[in-house]
Amino acid sequence: MYGKGLRALSIATVATLVGAFALVFFYAPNDADQGFVQKIFYLHVPMAIVALCGFVAGGVFAVGHLRTGDRRWDLRSYVAIHLSLVLAVGVLVTGSIWARASWGHWWVWDEPVLVSFLVVFLLYACYQPLRFSIEDPERQARYASVFAIVAGAFVPMNFVAVRLAEQFTHPRVLGTTGGSMPGSMRLVFLVALLGMTLLFVTLWKFEMAHKHATFQLRALRRRLSGEDDLFPAGRSAAPRLDRPAVGDR
Amino acid sequence: MLRTAAALLRKDLRLEWRAKESVPAMALFSLATLVVFHFGTQRASVEGSLAAGVLWVTLLFAAMLGVSRLFLAERDEGGFDGFLLAPVDRTAMLLAKAAALFCYLAVVEVVAVPAFDLLLLGPPLAQALPLLLLVLALANAAIAIVGTLVSALAVQTRVRDLLVPLLALPLLVPALVAAARASAPLLREGGAAAVDGTWLLTLGLYDLTFGLLAFALFDFLLED
Repeated sequence: MYGKGLRALSIATVATLVGAFALVFFYAPNDADQGFVQKIFYLHVPMAIVALCGFVAGGVFAVGHLRTGDRRWDLRSYVAIHLSLVLAVGVLVTGSIWARASWGHWWVWDEPVLVSFLVVFLLYACYQPLRFSIEDPERQARYASVFAIVAGAFVPMNFVAVRLAEQFTHPRVLGTTGGSMPGSMRLVFLVALLGMTLLFVTLWKFEMAHKHATFQLRALRRRLSGEDDLFPAGRSAAPRLDRPAVGDR
Repeated sequence: MLRTAAALLRKDLRLEWRAKESVPAMALFSLATLVVFHFGTQRASVEGSLAAGVLWVTLLFAAMLGVSRLFLAERDEGGFDGFLLAPVDRTAMLLAKAAALFCYLAVVEVVAVPAFDLLLLGPPLAQALPLLLLVLALANAAIAIVGTLVSALAVQTRVRDLLVPLLALPLLVPALVAAARASAPLLREGGAAAVDGTWLLTLGLYDLTFGLLAFALFDFLLED
């Protein structure tokens, strides 16, 4: 179900990302102020935007789970949040490098976007421990969905509050002042954003396909051996969809 | 629903009055935190933004103690089962618990704020008090709502005491930002200055948003 079109999508992702980085290095002009270092922008900002959208998407999927009670929505939400967390680590690292290079410090507190991102990251870092500490799979899915919705709504709110609190030194990319970017930079940025989005979608589909294959394999093994608990799944933070219904794939 | 909530709230307050499980511990903890702040900041008195920070961090940490115990009795003594069997609206539980937490916080502040004035605060408190009470009320509502939600999330897990602060503190950062910003001018040396209305508005909006979220989602935390 999730394996469909995966090959084409992977090729498109690789092509777009390679194209984007080629554009970054050979086409986009060096920043007049910051020089070569500014090129990290084409990695850092798309990654941040995709990570935040991934968190919000996790919340939207979770709404689907609570509305329908279908555990596959929970799996979608879990995978989206899980991937966004990985991206978020990348965002914090690249942001820190950029801050060091352009402002001279590894960490700058009076910079709302970095700070609010850290708060969001700290919140989502509890997602897996929360799941892991609930044993009943059905309850685990339900509670994780509630968390995903609350946190997903929290993401935009937190950004507003922290932005109000600090004077911004951070360049605002897609805000009202974003128009100060020259056309060539904007084009490259948009291609990089597209590439990162494709990367996220591809990885998401890959993980979904992998999880589904695992569940089906487990169900088949169980049917072969005829015993119910021959292969106990063990406790896990990931959603478990063992014994999928007939119309599941 | 309001009658149910009022009955639950009465039960919670009576339980707290007789068993004294949370509030004395929270109040004592806030006093201890103030002492720790005295030595940590190495100051005899604080004012302005530092004072606001000390006050809010103290209250927030004290609140965490109450939050993690909020649903404990319900889970251990079968309160959830009884409530779910009763033919009442489940949101009443959210309302009652949030109101109970609000009351606990108010009582803790009756102890903690005068103690803060006595022990650490440089400028006189009396002048700032009316507006500070408003900020306290708004921030209490924020802590009560988010605290109830987080407490209900965490109480069924095996690591309740760990998860509560880990979940609640990041969620409360916007409220803390607004509360600290709003109360900093009130605690300034040389008389209270005007409060920036934006922060009160932010706090109010935060309360409203999380109130609606909790209202929509609380049912799913009780269902069994």
